[in-house]
Amino acid sequence: MSSIIKKEYDIPANDFSLAGEASSNVRKLLTQLGVNPTIIKRTSIAMYEAELNVVIHGNGGKARVEIFEDKIEIFVFDEGPGIEDIELAMKEGYSTAPDSIREMGFGAGMGLSNIKRNSDKFVLESEPNKGTRVYITIYLY
Amino acid sequence: MTNYFHSVTLEEEKCRGCTNCIKHCPTEAIRVRKGKATIIKERCIDCGECIRVCPYHAKKAVTDPFSVMSEYHFKIALPAPTLYGQFGQEFSRERILRGLLGFGFDWVFEVARAAEIVSDATRQIIKTDNVKKPVISSACPAVVRLIQVRFPNLIKNLLKIESPMEVAARIAKHTISKEKNIPSNKIGVFFISPCAAKVTSVKAPYEKKESFVSGVFSMKDIHIKLLEKMKNIPQDYDCDLVSSGAYGVGWAGSGGECNALETSRSLAVHGIHNVIDIFEEIVEDRLNDVDFVEALSCTEGCLGGPLTVVNPFVARTNLKWQIGNAKKNGFSYENTAADYQDLLWTKDMEYKPILKLDDNMMKAMMKMQKLEEINDGLPGLDCGACGSPRCRSLAEDIVRGLAFETDCIFKLREKVSDLADQMKALEHIYKPKTED
Ligand SMILES: Nc1ncnc2c1ncn2[C@@H]1O[C@H](COP(=O)(O)OP(=O)(O)O)[C@@H](O)[C@H]1O
Ligand code: SF4
Ligand SMILES: [Mg+2]
Repeated sequence: MSSIIKKEYDIPANDFSLAGEASSNVRKLLTQLGVNPTIIKRTSIAMYEAELNVVIHGNGGKARVEIFEDKIEIFVFDEGPGIEDIELAMKEGYSTAPDSIREMGFGAGMGLSNIKRNSDKFVLESEPNKGTRVYITIYLY
Repeated sequence: MTNYFHSVTLEEEKCRGCTNCIKHCPTEAIRVRKGKATIIKERCIDCGECIRVCPYHAKKAVTDPFSVMSEYHFKIALPAPTLYGQFGQEFSRERILRGLLGFGFDWVFEVARAAEIVSDATRQIIKTDNVKKPVISSACPAVVRLIQVRFPNLIKNLLKIESPMEVAARIAKHTISKEKNIPSNKIGVFFISPCAAKVTSVKAPYEKKESFVSGVFSMKDIHIKLLEKMKNIPQDYDCDLVSSGAYGVGWAGSGGECNALETSRSLAVHGIHNVIDIFEEIVEDRLNDVDFVEALSCTEGCLGGPLTVVNPFVARTNLKWQIGNAKKNGFSYENTAADYQDLLWTKDMEYKPILKLDDNMMKAMMKMQKLEEINDGLPGLDCGACGSPRCRSLAEDIVRGLAFETDCIFKLREKVSDLADQMKALEHIYKPKTED
């Protein structure tokens, strides 16, 4: 089955003022579709964290969002440094964000686990020096 | 009263159909159709942004005429603390309150005092664990409506305590009814308002069945007359109408409600577009370390209300002086809410999904697909000439069946040029045979 709505967003590197723009746009879109507010909230939190990781760690990338009759699929990817130990990265509180970023209130190491908690399906693929790909699925009902 | 009473209305004769209001409306509730602005009632939150930006003063706030006072036996004025910022230092709070009596009121009860009671209740509530944090102030009705139509997830964060205006109306009525033995329905309580949103919240309340307020007068309408009445009152006039401390007076400006809570874990935001930004952060769990959010629709808070007279920054300086004076008197702790249970909302607020394209999600998706398609074909200039605030909103209006693609002047131009081409082609076919 093919998606009904497809959107693509650029995620610029290191620009915190724009981080969250894509997830905010998706939230508006889902509101217009009349999606349940709780599901909208889960979607936008998951997408925001993935987006933020691309900004902070991934040197910029893209987000693709597809909406189907019964689900939302979000694909966020970059061609940045990648993650060496995925299991470690998934641990709550683990972060390689430098102090400067932590001072801005980011980099608490909760992002990936937050994505996992808020999505129905979550796949993280990464290869050092190649990039990182995050697949998120959230069911509409 | 209908479900969609609004104080903000349009005076059609004055409207020239420009794009100022459609561009500034935070809920995209205005369109220009057939050369005149129209307000989409379901979407309007009565914030008054359009009143402020209209260069032709075609948008206004409907308030009550003074004549409604005559329906009551005993009349009480409820001035919003904002009123204290409308006058310079020669006008003490005592003078202002006494001046109000000159309008035919029998008594004045300060809304600032009720604000202190609300603050006390809020202090108690944020200490408990059974409320969703951050608690969001419900004092500004425009903000509450914004949440109702755009931020359903934040409904549970709202402070479900009646506004200072309602609390003041209730206490004032009750006090007089008991003291003077006058039946409640013979006592009129009249709010002196800085804004349209308060009028709407009285005429069509969201938190209960009926407001305690009998009528709402505009601060603008009383300004000059009040100045005149105050001239006859000596500068050092003293009276017992003053009942609020510094915290209550401070409520008029941005940060005042936060101050009264005496906690560093609070945030004050003002200006409706800034409020939207902060709410987006809360929705996405990005706002940490904050237990309470004061959100006011107007820049500088109620001091910037659309029915105020004085520049809000000047008003802030005036208010600072009033706060300083109130501190000298040191009243604040008298106004507590020992038991706030009876101040709680009696009706829960329902989400009004005004942005939804269709009740059926599948249909909404098809419409969205169409919307995106149309939007891609529009020039993306957001010029507003079509009467919709942005190209995307025109696309939305088209899928809702409320507008046509040719409302876009660029699309119209394309169409006209296509037609011209077609006519040229036809001309060639039907060219009358010339003799040669
Ligand atoms: N897109 C990415 N590219 C490279 N590294 C990433 C990416 N996303 C996450 N990581 C790594 O995983 C760690 C944990 O991520 P996360 O849980 O989101 O915490 P935080 O972003 O606060 O550091 C990051 O510190 C980083 O080392
Ligand atoms: S900030 Fe104050 S004056 Fe402005 S709309 Fe809200 S309640 Fe009214
Ligand atoms: Mg992260």
